[in-house]
Amino acid sequence: MQKILIIGATSAIAQATARRFAGRGDRLYLLGRDFDRLEALAQDLRIRGAESVDCANFEAENFAGHPALLDQAYETLGGIDVALIAHGTLPDQRACEQSFDEALRELNVNAIGTLSLLTHLANRMEQQGNGTLAVVSSPAGDRGRQSNYVYGAAKAMVTVFCQGLRNRLFGSGVRVLIIKPGFVDTPMTAAFEKGMLWAQPERIAAGIEKAIGKGADSVYLPGFWALIMLMIRSIPETVFKRLKL
Amino acid sequence: MRLTGWGRKPAVDAEVFAPYSIPDLRSRFPRARFRGIPRGNGRSYGDSALAPQVLSSRRLDRFLAFDAETGVLRCEAGVLLADILDVFVPRGWFLHATPGTKLISVGGAIASDVHGKSHHLEGCFSRHVERFSLMLADGGMVDCSKTQHADLFRATCGGMGLTGFILEATLRLKPIRSAYLRETTFKADDLDHALSLFAEQSGAPYSVAWIDCLATGPRLGRSLLMTGDFIDDGRLHGTAKTPLSVPVDTPGFALNRYSVTAFNALYYHRVRGRQRERVVHFDPFFYPLDGIGHWNRIYGKSGFTQYQFVIPKASGAAGIEEVLQRIAASKRGSFLAVLKTFGPANGNPLSFPMEGYTLALDFRLEPGLLPFLEELDRIVLDHGGRLYLTKDVRMSAETFRAGYPRWKEFQDLRRKYGADTTFRSLQSERLGL
Ligand SMILES: Cc1cc2nc3c(=O)[nH]c(=O)nc-3n(C[C@H](O)[C@H](O)[C@H](O)COP(=O)(O)OP(=O)(O)OC[C@H]3O[C@@H](n4cnc5c(N)ncnc54)[C@H](O)[C@@H]3O)c2cc1C
Ligand SMILES: NC(=O)c1ccc[n+]([C@@H]2O[C@H](COP(=O)([O-])OP(=O)(O)OC[C@H]3O[C@@H](n4cnc5c(N)ncnc54)[C@H](OP(=O)(O)O)[C@@H]3O)[C@@H](O)[C@H]2O)c1
Repeated sequence: MQKILIIGATSAIAQATARRFAGRGDRLYLLGRDFDRLEALAQDLRIRGAESVDCANFEAENFAGHPALLDQAYETLGGIDVALIAHGTLPDQRACEQSFDEALRELNVNAIGTLSLLTHLANRMEQQGNGTLAVVSSPAGDRGRQSNYVYGAAKAMVTVFCQGLRNRLFGSGVRVLIIKPGFVDTPMTAAFEKGMLWAQPERIAAGIEKAIGKGADSVYLPGFWALIMLMIRSIPETVFKRLKL
Repeated sequence: MRLTGWGRKPAVDAEVFAPYSIPDLRSRFPRARFRGIPRGNGRSYGDSALAPQVLSSRRLDRFLAFDAETGVLRCEAGVLLADILDVFVPRGWFLHATPGTKLISVGGAIASDVHGKSHHLEGCFSRHVERFSLMLADGGMVDCSKTQHADLFRATCGGMGLTGFILEATLRLKPIRSAYLRETTFKADDLDHALSLFAEQSGAPYSVAWIDCLATGPRLGRSLLMTGDFIDDGRLHGTAKTPLSVPVDTPGFALNRYSVTAFNALYYHRVRGRQRERVVHFDPFFYPLDGIGHWNRIYGKSGFTQYQFVIPKASGAAGIEEVLQRIAASKRGSFLAVLKTFGPANGNPLSFPMEGYTLALDFRLEPGLLPFLEELDRIVLDHGGRLYLTKDVRMSAETFRAGYPRWKEFQDLRRKYGADTTFRSLQSERLGL
């Protein structure tokens, strides 16, 4: 039995992962902003075999509220073995170009909110002397592209912050896992045409569970995205800047 | 989004709505402009779940309540039978009625009122459904059971999504004490022998036969009959194997070659003497093809159809024999056909099973097939039988009406609830519903 905190639990990727944890009989604590959906998910997870499931309301932008929320989760679970951070939005890039208010909100939800959570969780886990921080970032943070650089910048910030945290916590017993899913068929990407490269959330969930189990530092999911991103990163900027990506 | 049924023809570019909760369906689904059909996991073979607009249950996949004492489960309509088995087999529960694939949704199981190898004893899926809630054409959500809105309950079970959208359902599961069954395989020399074996084995909880369609003359109907019965050794393993998958299209008829080889191996070698017994996990027993993901690609790009009919017991042997002879002479169709017996019909206007024999076999969609299947239709109708809607992609409105004399009552009910103008599939248009 593991004690697992899931933040942004109603996300399709988080939900699929939570079901795997429930099937193992883990003890779960869910944070999300739509309480009715959280409750419905909690009930589903109980039936699937979770030892217990509690949940609470959470708003990524409400930084001030995070410490109390996390303390509550910590107490209810009786320690945290794994914290999975999965909330997020896909910004309207055009709108962000037109309005910095818009861009700032997206950065707050996708980056700053996550850093706020991580700061508090990292200290708790450091004291505890063990635990895994599993953070859903994105390949979009590997390189800036005109079509989604606000989202990409947010995810890049999360990735670099996690790298630093991992470096800091090395030797403390706390692991930091950066998860980079490729194209996943979820409500976030409902508007996109789905082709060959798309994966279902269940597949990503299996990869997340495995990576946590192995104590990995960073994973692309499915794995072939490592290769795609290797190619994307290796294109010289003088060429890259001319591409329509 | 491009959609097809399991037979891969026809394909439709559909606008797909996939609400992720019932409140989301209430608030975001553009009901006023919707003219289309519900869809579950797309395992129906033909065009039953196809329309230019589709309302998908795939994200309505939560368990809502479970009573560990009685085995009564309430879940959303998009939950797959596979999910139910994964979660509940280890706790000692199975499904009362299950088709030959577990990759179907609860909504799809109700809408096709599916049957399995236990129909002679346990009836269709709907017999074990206590209630469900249905979204009607006007957006109203009603509770249906055998006593509440009973007309809607009966019409929706087997109603192919044409009465409304099933949101959630309450099912009774069946207690088991092992995930394993004792399987007995009998050899039958010809059709009469096979049918008399079915009669002898009518007490066996599960039974099905594979007929070798290449055997003709005096050996017509040569087959293997398999029966099964759950044992009680306490091993309640779910499954864990990663399934094999057929990733690309292969030339047609590979499946036939594989399956006929498997059949011959069993018939001539493995089944020594007249019968063979072994203990098998429920997965290979009930769902032999689920181990090969996307096996439908084996038929190549042309697509295929499954022809499944039922013939009443009274004229059973003669009807089945006539069809088998016609198929053998045509040199079309799969080398293997699946034969099952059905118990009595239930009172649902469009449920397929009736007391008698049902035969299913695959045909590659190719020139000349349609007129040939019309000949078979004639034989089936002449014997008082009918075709299974969830496998159908081509029957005519006349064939449908002749096989399902209660179609009018069904259509009247659809009119009464305004479903006839809202819930429509390619199939319903073809059948004149
Ligand atoms: C390998 C294989 C073996 C099979 N073996 C058997 C068998 O042994 N016995 C048997 O009876 N069938 C069998 N079938 C057929 C299958 O069980 C049915 O076609 C079943 O209905 C498919 O369910 P689905 O969730 O995939 O539904 P879909 O194929 O998506 O839809 C099927 C029908 O159900 C309706 N529907 C789906 N969801 C809803 C909903 N929420 N509300 C209202 N209507 C809905 C659709 O409109 C459509 O008319 C088999 C199919 C395959 C591929
Ligand atoms: N889908 C992909 O292709 C893809 C690829 C790479 C990375 N990712 C990342 O994967 C994670 C999960 O996304 P998903 O694809 O599973 O999408 P999703 O199902 O849309 O999930 C997003 C979740 O974030 C929550 N959320 C959004 N804004 C929030 C806020 N201000 N406060 C609290 N919660 C908020 C949403 O809550 P509501 O449901 O209440 O709106 C929802 O639960 C995200 O971090 C995303 O960036 C996704």
